Amino acid sequence: MRRNELWQLILVHFRELLREPGVLFWGIGFPILMAWGLGIAFTGNKETRKDIAIINYAEGGTLSKYMAEHATKGKDKEGREMFVFTINDPVFGKNIFRLLPVDSITANTGVKRGIFELMIDNRHDSTVFHLDPANSEARLLQLQLATVLDSKHTDKTFSEIKTVPLEVKGTRYIDFLVPGLLAMNVMMACLWGMSWTIIERRKGNMLRRMVVTPVHRRNILMGLMTARITMNFVEALLLMVFAWIYFDTVIQGSIAALLLVFIAGNIAFTGIAILVSSRTANTEVGNGIINFVNMPMMILSGIFFSYHNFPDWSIPVIQALPLTMLADGMRSIINEGAGIIAVLDKTVILTLVGVVTFGLGLKWFKWY
Amino acid sequence: MADNYLIEAKGICKHFKKVKAVDGVDFSMTKGEYVALLGPNGAGKTTLVEMIEGIRSPDKGEILVKGRSTRDDKQSLYRILGISFQETRFLEKTTVEETIRLFASFYHQPGGKVEKVISLTGLEEKRKSYTKNLSGGQRQRLALAISLLNDPEILILDEPTTGLDPAARREIWNILLSLKEKHNTSLILTTHYMEEATQLCERIIIMDHGKFLAEGTFDELLQKMNLHDTASFSFEGIVPDRLLSESNGLKIDWDIDKGEGRCEMKNVATDMPLLFSLFEKNNLRLTGFEHRRPTLDDLFLLMTGRRLTEETE
Repeated sequence: MRRNELWQLILVHFRELLREPGVLFWGIGFPILMAWGLGIAFTGNKETRKDIAIINYAEGGTLSKYMAEHATKGKDKEGREMFVFTINDPVFGKNIFRLLPVDSITANTGVKRGIFELMIDNRHDSTVFHLDPANSEARLLQLQLATVLDSKHTDKTFSEIKTVPLEVKGTRYIDFLVPGLLAMNVMMACLWGMSWTIIERRKGNMLRRMVVTPVHRRNILMGLMTARITMNFVEALLLMVFAWIYFDTVIQGSIAALLLVFIAGNIAFTGIAILVSSRTANTEVGNGIINFVNMPMMILSGIFFSYHNFPDWSIPVIQALPLTMLADGMRSIINEGAGIIAVLDKTVILTLVGVVTFGLGLKWFKWY
Repeated sequence: MADNYLIEAKGICKHFKKVKAVDGVDFSMTKGEYVALLGPNGAGKTTLVEMIEGIRSPDKGEILVKGRSTRDDKQSLYRILGISFQETRFLEKTTVEETIRLFASFYHQPGGKVEKVISLTGLEEKRKSYTKNLSGGQRQRLALAISLLNDPEILILDEPTTGLDPAARREIWNILLSLKEKHNTSLILTTHYMEEATQLCERIIIMDHGKFLAEGTFDELLQKMNLHDTASFSFEGIVPDRLLSESNGLKIDWDIDKGEGRCEMKNVATDMPLLFSLFEKNNLRLTGFEHRRPTLDDLFLLMTGRRLTEETE
């Protein structure tokens, strides 16, 4: 009889699951879709590409001589001259190292944006590797590149090799990370905080109870949005202050611009949160929809790692994602000293995203 | 439309898939009336009140509240309705007072109104409690307090006492009875407790399978279905044969072997003395006596073959 009891207990759970099509889709269909999507994005071709900045190329140091002899010359998609080392490995696939001669401002900006993890200074008497010692990707790259260079040179080509930590403000990995975390927090707080609250209130009849009064329905949502945005602001402020005290991260650009793009990002994500939670009263379905919006951006938008390592064709798509816009916008202000004009396009687009998703969400909103 | 009707609805239908939740119902009520929709679970009571509340639209028919269709102009509809659902989960870590104040703001009501409904529903001691810590009865009183914030002309309560213990139930009844007395509020109440319907409402509508089976005051309903008071008794002594056929105009079923009997009384005031004098004249000594008034449950049983407490299948 004991076994029957357990059997029945197992059975009821299966029935519950299988009889809720939403749960079925979000529980089974969605992970498969995610696996498929990510699989295509990450394992489609076994080719990794790394871009490395070379500064003072024209000074004619030992590195430039060496590159002229051993590397393949090419052009990047902006038409800049570059030097390419391609290593074919049976296990790791094709490894492409692209060395781009650039000026030091471009190199530093590239590092701040995550385009370059490594910067090489081609001095007359020495070759200096600049990287953030805390960035394991950069250290790995330095080792790989050193191996490549080593394998090719037969004589004593390099006068001296040195490794120096990056000095320019905003080029450390932590500087890359902080704006990304600020942006991610906005998205997470809106989607989990707001959407979840709405779904719970719909489930418990609270929304329905509120709308059978002369209340303006719009205000119910606006109230939730305003509270969320205020909380997000406080959270961001605390994180900024912490990063400033603990990691010495500073805002190099306009604070007004930062505020503007932050508010625009909040408008975008509160709008998205309303749209996401406009119909369902089932928390499991809600969970699925939230993840559906959340996960791709978490992975693609370059919060923890630069999205420049994704295939070229995908970059414009990734840059059009709201989280990418918010993270890139804040990064450019905090690390590169950008002002209002530079982030105006992102601000306008994020605001529009918010207004449109809020409008649609309100239109489709299920109050009871 | 007649002006004296607060609510008027004709031929209201609402189907869900294949279920006829409300099946061609006419409903009207006048100011100050307390109306009970009495029926078992699944009878269609909730669907009907949700249509009156404007939450659902009828498939057929139209509901007019003060002459206006519930389909349009919800804002003015909600200004005159006070609504309490079967269950509402209020914000858990919001206190009773904060919750009431929130809803008061929807009606642009001043703080004094908040105090008034708190005292009216006896929630003074609980005003600082989080709603998640309230008992079932307190929760229902909170819901009631909120529904009273706008001094509603029509109060619509969907099973306000379901699942409550008798004491908590009586507290809610007392609040509703005092409202009737002092504020001339009108009430639509759904319930499957016949006692609740008879205690609170002068008009009772018995509902089953989406239809109104009968409608009227408690006494009218009993009369309509020819239900009468009964007296059951046991006795010692010998019943003369003539009593078995003719009992002073009373209708008595005798069970002589067991020494028991049952008498149906159309008029208790006249029939009861007759019955007692009959015992005395014939030297019958009563050993047990019970008088029972018929209930709405008897009525429902007679009409549907089921009890009120049974589910509609």
